[in-house]
Amino acid sequence: MFASSLRRSPLTLVVHLSVLLLVVVWTIPTFGLFVSSIRDKDQIAVSGWWTALASSSHNEVFRTPDLAKATERNGKFVLSGNVFGDGSGSISNFGDSIMKPRAYAPGATAKMRRGGTLTIAKNGDYTIALDDKPAADAGSARIFYTALVPPKFTLANYREVLTSEGIGQSFLNSLTVAVPATIIPILIAAYAAYALAWMRFPGRTLLIAVVVGLLVVPLQMSLIPLLKLYNDIGRTFGVPAQTYVGVWLAHTGFGLPLAIYLLRNYIAGLPREIMESARVDGASDFDIFLKIILPLSFPALASFAIFQFLWTWNDLLVALVFLGTGNDKLVLTARLVNLLGSRGNNWEILTASAFVTIIVPLIVFFSLQRFLVRGLLAGSVKGG
Amino acid sequence: MQHLVTALITMLIGVGGAMAYFYGTNVALDRIFPEKGSDGLKASRNLRRANAIRPWLFMLPAIVILAVYLVYPVIDSIWLSFHDKSGEYYVGLFNYRWLLRDGEFRESLLNNFLWLLIVPTLSTFFGLVIAALADRIWWGNIAKSLVFMPMAISFVGASVIWKFIYDFRPTGSSQIGLLNAVVVAFGGQPHAWMTIPFWNNIFLMVILIWIQTGFAMVILSAALRSISDETIEAAVIDGASGLQIFFKIMVPQIWGTIAVVWTTITILVLKVFDIVLAMTNGQWDTQVLANLMFEWMFRGGGDFGRGATIALVIMVLVVPIMIWNIRNARKEMEGR
Repeated sequence: MFASSLRRSPLTLVVHLSVLLLVVVWTIPTFGLFVSSIRDKDQIAVSGWWTALASSSHNEVFRTPDLAKATERNGKFVLSGNVFGDGSGSISNFGDSIMKPRAYAPGATAKMRRGGTLTIAKNGDYTIALDDKPAADAGSARIFYTALVPPKFTLANYREVLTSEGIGQSFLNSLTVAVPATIIPILIAAYAAYALAWMRFPGRTLLIAVVVGLLVVPLQMSLIPLLKLYNDIGRTFGVPAQTYVGVWLAHTGFGLPLAIYLLRNYIAGLPREIMESARVDGASDFDIFLKIILPLSFPALASFAIFQFLWTWNDLLVALVFLGTGNDKLVLTARLVNLLGSRGNNWEILTASAFVTIIVPLIVFFSLQRFLVRGLLAGSVKGG
Repeated sequence: MQHLVTALITMLIGVGGAMAYFYGTNVALDRIFPEKGSDGLKASRNLRRANAIRPWLFMLPAIVILAVYLVYPVIDSIWLSFHDKSGEYYVGLFNYRWLLRDGEFRESLLNNFLWLLIVPTLSTFFGLVIAALADRIWWGNIAKSLVFMPMAISFVGASVIWKFIYDFRPTGSSQIGLLNAVVVAFGGQPHAWMTIPFWNNIFLMVILIWIQTGFAMVILSAALRSISDETIEAAVIDGASGLQIFFKIMVPQIWGTIAVVWTTITILVLKVFDIVLAMTNGQWDTQVLANLMFEWMFRGGGDFGRGATIALVIMVLVVPIMIWNIRNARKEMEGR
């Protein structure tokens, strides 16, 4: 019908191309971040990530060892070595003065101002031949060169951010926040949802309306009153005001309306017969809930769990306010904001840190996408 | 290693505590009102009582948490908005009068208005276009999955990703930011995008559009699929073109869903905070309400009165959507 009639039309190519364009635009930012995070940090700073596979050229200065170490050969005093140290890279130009750093091509012989000659081969091997014996305090000579450095991929950026930039610690903090902040609201919401769906008591409809209303209460609303409350509790009982428990409960509170709403809709749709026959067999509400409702609601529970996990893992505001900005308590997102301030130009650190931050949600996303989509549909199409 | 252990123990206590409550209270309820062991009359009375109490046991944690974390704050914020920075002294309408005259607040309100106008519109538009196109090609699901992916990325992570794209190097040196590289490749001058008032707002919005388009796409895609074939077949027989079918037959049938997507993104936009904090922290005329509120929470030791007043403004903007939601839910419950 519709789809097949279009498949035959010449428009199909246009459709393919426009979708391709949109997909490229949508993926390129993340892809660029990933490529940059595994590039050498010197290369990130001087060339765009899209040139990652091409060699990059750098202007560099090399300081020779002390000239006094030159050895006499055929009446000249010779010092030689390799400017790259490890021998990777190739010289495209060189010079012996900062005024003309690109004066000579590799292999040419440059006249040095202090008397003598300098030669650099393409592979970086240099030879300095001085006419006179250098004085003991001659110091070192400077060689200016432009090098083509082959593309270099490395995990060094990751090693650095995980150890010395505190990302490793923050990763654990994020887990500590996100896992209980996902499980606790599910537990609480599942019981409440069952009660709202299948138990009879006065005020049920009102409670459901309240839950729907609370769905959209902005989180900002709660920050100041709760911060005040936490501070008061901390002062009264002599406990710290900013604890993981506080963050879990805050996340639970903010996630609960959606959890109850999603789960109630799902549980209310379960067949009545199952519950009635279980009740006839003498099962209590508690048994019915544990042994029948929970297993049957798995898809809805999974959907919400994914939502809540992504939300708590990615959250910045709640963690900043209720966990504080102490160095050992920063979650990944907060750490990343800190790094943006303190290491704003060190892209090797920022890109690697950002990728560590987003890798867990991306894995969750790609492996459990089906549940996520189902949850989204249940949450919004059904009148939410 | 030690951190890992502490983290695990804290997690176990948290989750275990919640489980213990439900199990413990139900055992207690069964003990207090035993169903078996006594005479029939007493047993049935106990059963009735237990059944009257049990729903509230099930709901108690939820009710308490909702009350403490969402209902009480609304009331307390209203109270705080009439008080000074410490929340102790009554100052009448001072905070509201200050708000009306504050330049930064007006700037935030204007910017939020821009965000509200642009982000939901473009996200919904792109989402609809991709949903409609991707359903017609064999690799549509892969395409949708890739467009959906930014949904999983935190706002801060997305900010870093885009800050890298907007990166600026002075004219002459090679650009490492994609946007400036493209501009230079076409013969233009590189710009420090984040510092150009008005346009920098647009560059920030791009980030949220990038994230939210996937959401709009998923929901609209499902809605498009639920359109009945008959209406489309009838249009095809009448000789309607592809575009006509899309705009005159399909879009009108999913207006309800489009509205839901729109309002959901609108609520999100009202709360936008992380992106602005990470990218500009409100400099260069990019301030928004949520970030302004966060600043006042901690600025100069924290001004709770002004912060709460700004939060209330955000709340008031959400109320119409809240009422609309409750109405819809009511209607649906009656239909059930």
